[in-house]
Amino acid sequence: MNSLSLAVRDSHTMLRRNLLHAWRYPSATLNLLLTPIMMLLLFVYIFGDVMSAGIAGGGADRSDYIAYIVPGILLMTVGSTVIGAAVYVSMDMTEGLIARFRTMAVYRGSVVVGHVVGSVLQSVASVVLVGAVGVAIGFRSTDATALEWLAAFGLIALFALALTWIAVGMGMASPNPEAASNMAMPLILLPLISSAFIPAGTMPGWFRPIAEYQPFTPAIETLRGLLLGTEIGHNGWLALAWCVGLIALGYRWSTAQFNRDPM
Amino acid sequence: MPSSVMPTSRQGDGHLSTTAISAVGLRKSYGEKLVLDGIDLHIPAGSVFALLGPNGAGKTTAVKILSTLIAADAGELHVGGHDVAADPQAVRAAIGVTGQFSAVDGLITGEENMLLMADLHHLCKREGRRVAAELLERFDLVDAAKKPVSTYSGGMKRRLDLAMTLVGSPRIIFLDEPTTGLDPRSRHNMWAIIRGLVSDGVTVFLTTQYLDEADELADRIAVLNDGKIVAEGTAEELKRLVPGGHVRLRFTDPTAYQSAADALREVTRDDQALSLSIPSDGSQRELRSILDWLDSVGVEADELTVHTPDLDDVFFALTSGGNVPHQPQKDAR
Repeated sequence: MNSLSLAVRDSHTMLRRNLLHAWRYPSATLNLLLTPIMMLLLFVYIFGDVMSAGIAGGGADRSDYIAYIVPGILLMTVGSTVIGAAVYVSMDMTEGLIARFRTMAVYRGSVVVGHVVGSVLQSVASVVLVGAVGVAIGFRSTDATALEWLAAFGLIALFALALTWIAVGMGMASPNPEAASNMAMPLILLPLISSAFIPAGTMPGWFRPIAEYQPFTPAIETLRGLLLGTEIGHNGWLALAWCVGLIALGYRWSTAQFNRDPM
Repeated sequence: MPSSVMPTSRQGDGHLSTTAISAVGLRKSYGEKLVLDGIDLHIPAGSVFALLGPNGAGKTTAVKILSTLIAADAGELHVGGHDVAADPQAVRAAIGVTGQFSAVDGLITGEENMLLMADLHHLCKREGRRVAAELLERFDLVDAAKKPVSTYSGGMKRRLDLAMTLVGSPRIIFLDEPTTGLDPRSRHNMWAIIRGLVSDGVTVFLTTQYLDEADELADRIAVLNDGKIVAEGTAEELKRLVPGGHVRLRFTDPTAYQSAADALREVTRDDQALSLSIPSDGSQRELRSILDWLDSVGVEADELTVHTPDLDDVFFALTSGGNVPHQPQKDAR
């Protein structure tokens, strides 16, 4: 077997392990979905009347607000799911099993690849689940073409890959799973200061640049454009740049830590 | 480097034997702290070697380095004929490691752990299932095979841990404190398992802080203290390093006792038990001279026993930081 097929085979084994865990302990994954689903229901049904008055220059009703908020909630779901990856990586790195893997003649990066691919798959599955809740309460895409749907999925997967690599880096940098969970908190808090719930344009002027240029807002605006036909503008490129940048950063950070001698 | 080329060395008895693990000048420090200060090891294939030392002596560090987990600062290291620094992947293919902390996946079942190992060793599905079933049987884990490992007892986790190590049929096995934290029964079970490995011709590198364990299992023992090997040899050789060994003669006839006590010098008398203790290292030569002496004065003891100090005596003598006795003989290379 050449080294590439060896790498693929070992990574596949590690991915199966990762998915087996998710399969055995669905509550761990589902817990992570509670926050975005609660946010969705809270903002639509409790704050909905006030919130809808603030978008589209007023005069919008609840169904307009559902359409507005769901793309943001979907990307928040990604942020929430990858917190699980940070915790899981930290758990793996602080237990004895990783030492066993390191002393076996397996492709070295396979553990990390297993985590990364597993986390992206879980993120996409989670987004589908939360999306189903969105559809159940009345979210409908307006005239998105098959190509736009494809692009939307691609964007979600790419965004999930970007946040996963950052989460993996956080998991490696943490001394224990609790610390990993804390360190990964911004991944679920950032959507609160993005255009997920209210348009960035309605925020105070000094804060607007932060909201507009943080990773979530361009991705949310792009997803909104793909599903609802709103203006994407430069957000498409910004989202792509953020994803590529975060992947590169997370990858470098994670591999540097992974290759360090364990104590 | 072709894996069939292994360095050979001549043993004391003249047999040509392959070397499983060798280290020359192994050094490692963490920051300011020197953990291993120039260690030399030479472990023939098919033998059990025990690295004995108190907590913090550097045992685990030595295992971590030889099993490619961490890099040494200096030293020429070969495991299974492969250079540890230059070709760690080849070393990994030859070894199995059971570390101090259980290296099992607690979230899945024992059987799934075994199949995970089979997959990582690139066994085909059928072969993987066969090996997993066989080892679960051998380690008495069949009943628990379908249960999550998080529900296992400490002894079961250790057994599973070792079973996982054996999936790839490694020829060299590192066991870092394999029985620490086990109850006496599990400990004896583990010993039996380790003896079983040896009879298959596997080389075992064992660390332990228990002297009886080293005594029980190892062909050769090295005592590690403060990052240095302070003594090395068989259990018997080590026991002869410290004072306290004696020959004890017991008599039933008080007259014989009296005449023996008069004839022998340097004896400690125990008049009530009618026994005499003569300081001795228990070597053949000393025994013969004692027997010759008894013959020459025409006394016959009813019982003669040789008492060597046990490894505890050795351990405390060697690791207390006091004077270190000279090595009995340089181990034969």
